[in-house]
Amino acid sequence: MSVTELDQPGTPTVDAEEARRARGRRIEKTARWLLPLLVMALMIWVWDRIVVWNELPHFILPSPARGWGSLTGDWAILWDSALLTGRITLMALVIAVVGGAGLAILFNQNRMVELSLYPYAVILQVTPVVAIAPLIFIYVESKTVGMLMCAWIVAFFPVLSSTTLGLNSVDHNLRDLFRIYGATRWQKLWMLQLPSALPYFLGGLKIAGGLSLIGAVVAELVAGTGGVGTGLAFRIQEAGYRLNIARMFAALAIVAAMGVFIFAALSLLSHMLLRKWHESAIKREY
Amino acid sequence: MVKVAPFSERAELMRIDGVDKVFPGDVQALRAMSLTVREGDFISLLGPSGCGKSTALRLIAGLSEPTSGRIDWQTQRARGDLGVVFQEPTLMPWATVAQNVFLPFRLEGKSYDAIKDDILAALKLVGLDKFQNAYPRELSGGMKMRVSIARAMVTQPKLILMDEPFAALDEITRFKLNNDLLEMQARIGCTVIFVTHSVFESVFLSDRIVVMAARPGRVIEELHVDAPYPRSEEFRTSAEYAAHCRAASRALEQAMEAAA
Repeated sequence: MSVTELDQPGTPTVDAEEARRARGRRIEKTARWLLPLLVMALMIWVWDRIVVWNELPHFILPSPARGWGSLTGDWAILWDSALLTGRITLMALVIAVVGGAGLAILFNQNRMVELSLYPYAVILQVTPVVAIAPLIFIYVESKTVGMLMCAWIVAFFPVLSSTTLGLNSVDHNLRDLFRIYGATRWQKLWMLQLPSALPYFLGGLKIAGGLSLIGAVVAELVAGTGGVGTGLAFRIQEAGYRLNIARMFAALAIVAAMGVFIFAALSLLSHMLLRKWHESAIKREY
Repeated sequence: MVKVAPFSERAELMRIDGVDKVFPGDVQALRAMSLTVREGDFISLLGPSGCGKSTALRLIAGLSEPTSGRIDWQTQRARGDLGVVFQEPTLMPWATVAQNVFLPFRLEGKSYDAIKDDILAALKLVGLDKFQNAYPRELSGGMKMRVSIARAMVTQPKLILMDEPFAALDEITRFKLNNDLLEMQARIGCTVIFVTHSVFESVFLSDRIVVMAARPGRVIEELHVDAPYPRSEEFRTSAEYAAHCRAASRALEQAMEAAA
């Protein structure tokens, strides 16, 4: 065979293995969104059949259609509640990020502070927030502040621990290099430790996003009977008392959607910040 | 073009005098090392692993203090007079090639625009001026190492320390970088202390080879490779090169026996 034969243009030949692999990739791309949708459709159908075949009354188990009806019919009320819960969640997340990352930097800069406070951060984390919340609402007058404290207690720890790990995972040669070039403590923190910690911090942030929603919902359930609570968790509780099960499902669906939205938004943020340089954000060609 | 002075006329740059380094647990990493480094020297520290050559380099870099003995610069030393290249490229993955080379100046508080030309010149020196906006992950191992060398050279240092910088690279890339390193050294006229365990590399690159032995780490012998610079690919195949390699191998064997 001559060289010119090999270089023939216009005849792209792909071997069987590569063709199979390409087909597999195309199928997976569709299956990624199609399969979960099929599972959902199947679940809703089974749910509907259970209600119809067993002739269940709607105050025991409402049909999917009735749940949907509540979601659209009560939308105005539910949307207002969602905004409230969403606001508490976001504020808690912001405080968790500032507090968690701030504590991590403080711990990193001063070992004595870390040794003094770290055990208490762990204790705060491992004590169930449901157990702490009633106490908080006894001493904190503002419901909003109380709810924020609850949500913060659950959400700050993943940010603290992952950022701490990140700040300590600096390449030791880079550390030496900074020392040789006479970097100050702040230059080391700003130009070396914080960028090194970024992927770890973002991992913690993704967990904290979900946890701050959990914290907000739990706080609402505890504080709800106090009067101001009109968030989604309060709606679920209230609808339960009234045997309005359809609205419970509708509110639950919104809480789940909020959780998914937070996770997706934080994943996108993480991708945007890391896509240029971090291994986790790099698409492999093969 | 060649800024390096002939051997006999070189001024003293650094004096290492009776340096010991003992690690906790009475591990003697280095015993009684003495070495006078002159401006323009290309010194290889050659020896088996555990002979204290990396320890010596850390002491010279000031990253660690000798247990006893002294290491003194014989000239006025300013910031940026010392450059270091590690075994790994040691680049900041979140920064572009140009930003990585800019690092020594950035830590001095200089602005990028003020020394942009220096950075481009350093990148040109290592042949990567077209890659200034690339991120390290986009580069091959050899290219990353070139960026690392550009960063060490950008401040026009008096002394560059290299700790087995090419050990992880394939032979073709290593030979190319060996050639280019000599050319770069000649161009900026710096002194190099180069840690290696390769006899061939040390003979090709250096004019002084310090052979070291292990347990405890110590200097066994100093060899001179008096072949003139610039050295090219022909030198690699010359009888002279082979003779020097034989001598260095023999010295290294003695070092191994001394340790056993």
